[in-house]
Amino acid sequence: MAEKVLKTFTVKYLQVLDESGKCDAKLMPKLSPKQLVELYELMVLCRKFDEKALSLQRQGRLGTYASFLGQEAAQVGAAYALGGSDWVFPTYRDAAVLVVRNQPMVRLFQYFGGDERGSIPPKGVNNFPIAIPVGTQGLHAVGAAMAATITKRKFATLACLGDGASSEGDMNEAFNFAGVFKAPVIFLCQNNQYAISVPVKQQTAAETLAQRAVGFGFEGVRVDGNDILAVYSAAAAAVKKAYLGEGPTLIECFTYRLGNHTTSDDASKYRSEAEVAAWRKKDPVLRFRRFLELRKLWNAKKEGELFVRAERRVSSAVGEYEKVPRADVDDIFKYTYSEMPQLLQQQMDDYKKLIEGR
Amino acid sequence: MAVMNLIQAVNSGLKCALADDARVVVLGEDVGVDGGVFRATEGLLKQFGGQRVVDTPLAESAIIGVSIGMAAAGLRPVPEIQFSGFLYMAFAQLINHAARIRTRSRGSFTCPLVVRTPYSGGIRALEHHSESLEAIYVHTPGLKVVIPSSPYDAKGLLISAIKDDNPVVFMEPSRLYRAVKEDVPEGSYTVPLGKAKVVRAGSQVTVISWGSMLQQAKLALAHTSVDVELIDLRTLKPLDADTIIASVKKTGRCVVVQEAPRTGGLSSEIIAQINDSALSSLQAPVIRVAGFDTIFPLYKLEDHYLPSIERIVAAIETAASF
Ligand SMILES: Cc1ncc(C[n+]2csc(CCOP(=O)(O)OP(=O)(O)O)c2C)c(N)n1
Repeated sequence: MAEKVLKTFTVKYLQVLDESGKCDAKLMPKLSPKQLVELYELMVLCRKFDEKALSLQRQGRLGTYASFLGQEAAQVGAAYALGGSDWVFPTYRDAAVLVVRNQPMVRLFQYFGGDERGSIPPKGVNNFPIAIPVGTQGLHAVGAAMAATITKRKFATLACLGDGASSEGDMNEAFNFAGVFKAPVIFLCQNNQYAISVPVKQQTAAETLAQRAVGFGFEGVRVDGNDILAVYSAAAAAVKKAYLGEGPTLIECFTYRLGNHTTSDDASKYRSEAEVAAWRKKDPVLRFRRFLELRKLWNAKKEGELFVRAERRVSSAVGEYEKVPRADVDDIFKYTYSEMPQLLQQQMDDYKKLIEGR
Repeated sequence: MAVMNLIQAVNSGLKCALADDARVVVLGEDVGVDGGVFRATEGLLKQFGGQRVVDTPLAESAIIGVSIGMAAAGLRPVPEIQFSGFLYMAFAQLINHAARIRTRSRGSFTCPLVVRTPYSGGIRALEHHSESLEAIYVHTPGLKVVIPSSPYDAKGLLISAIKDDNPVVFMEPSRLYRAVKEDVPEGSYTVPLGKAKVVRAGSQVTVISWGSMLQQAKLALAHTSVDVELIDLRTLKPLDADTIIASVKKTGRCVVVQEAPRTGGLSSEIIAQINDSALSSLQAPVIRVAGFDTIFPLYKLEDHYLPSIERIVAAIETAASF
């Protein structure tokens, strides 16, 4: 007989940059000055996209949109660590992941503008369509990762999830399968502390989401999600591990959603302005800019030029978006099956006859 | 009496149920502090407290699963599923358990819960927020299925559903949440389950519908001179075949309007009922106006999908002149 401790566990936390932009040199990931600048430019570009999407929505030129304001470091940092043949499985809040993954901005506008053609990825890029049902696509990421193993191809998959999504059964089943099959998958959990109105404290009794991985037998780490270097560093390590066949990683990015849940939400119903203001001070874009300035990699002139470039690129995507002709009726029908069943064909023909007769 | 829209009527119904019966518990995602994404549960947390109005973690299967346990243990849970497109996450709990507990235990345990969930299109929403898959629940033995189309009925039917001893799927037409207003009593009252309503009496063609499409059919009446008898099913399961059959025996012609995909929809069952009991009265084939057998499109194309007034009028006139 015995009573003893069988297991204790620890959860690692990583921060490379502090809020003032000072970095811990020992923790710096290997990135060239050019790459550091590129990371910053991507964050600014994504933020421009986000601002524009919100303003288009307000003007009725876009449908419901979910802003990622405040989460740029988590999304850009993780996506930047991926290789070209890796797969991503995004949610509705991951437009910045998709921008980094070369999803044309015009298509992102199309998607949020109610046009499925916006989900078409660039040729050869495995950007899976945005999953709206929360926590469901983690399993797809695990399955694709298992396929990499089975077919002996070298790619990793990135599953995006929020703190709320970590409560879904599917998500936990994804963690479990990933662990059991040592799948080359990275779970990018953006803990922005709210699932619509529900704070993460009501989502789980555990102190961190990273520790969930421990229960499923693989590595989980929490990083400062507003520190792009910490996110990049953790993601790059996880990708490397995946390529080496050493299994999955859960990266919990501790961050904050600065905006409303979506354009249909009013966050002032459930959180204080003071809380939001405190997090605004931890702005991930500003923090990284300070870092670059301290390193003499950035200055006001470059900032001004970047602002113009980013503005121009986003505006030109908007221009393109508004010129895209509306899809015709066939678009509703023709992807339902690989071949058109006769009764469906008849429904389409009848309907087209009706509207042509108008 | 107060003038209410449908969402206010639902809110008022929940308030009455919580006040009248200490066993009633409301639970779901964002139903507490936020008051629900459509504001159906606004003010309930404040009035009834966190034991009876519960913000849950984000997990539909858990919400329905714990509701089953609560119901078995004597409560009357009223879980909200934020959109019916997410109720699928809880299918195993709803279909394998909620619907079957009574039968499985030969009546020793029961499952009096009411799943409230918005459905239907026309709200320019993201994917999975617009479907009308009520037939799935109608097809499941053991579940009752209720869909109101007006504020008065919404409140009365909801209170009846909560008093009912069976699991009820209560689907709320999100497009109508704020579209229709009418006088609704502030106190408690019931509208019986299992009873359709003749919204307008007429002699030439029976039009049968429910939920969002009932209002669309109502609008269509202004565009035709055909004398229509309009029936709002209100309860889809158990189906009020008597009201349908009596009307079709009178008019001899019938159109069924559903927003759901055509194949395997409730209209198919309604037509089968008419064949069983009123075939000899029919003077025209029964016509369906329905959604397509496709995935509900994102909003740029959704107007094509939704049965239009034009399609409803054409069907009524075809039936009348057959
Ligand atoms: C299965 C499912 N249930 C409910 C919803 C409605 N909903 C959309 S987003 C959301 C909160 C998600 O929170 P979280 O996972 O933390 O991600 P965040 O939105 O904060 O990025 C909810 C409840 C949904 N889309 N899917």
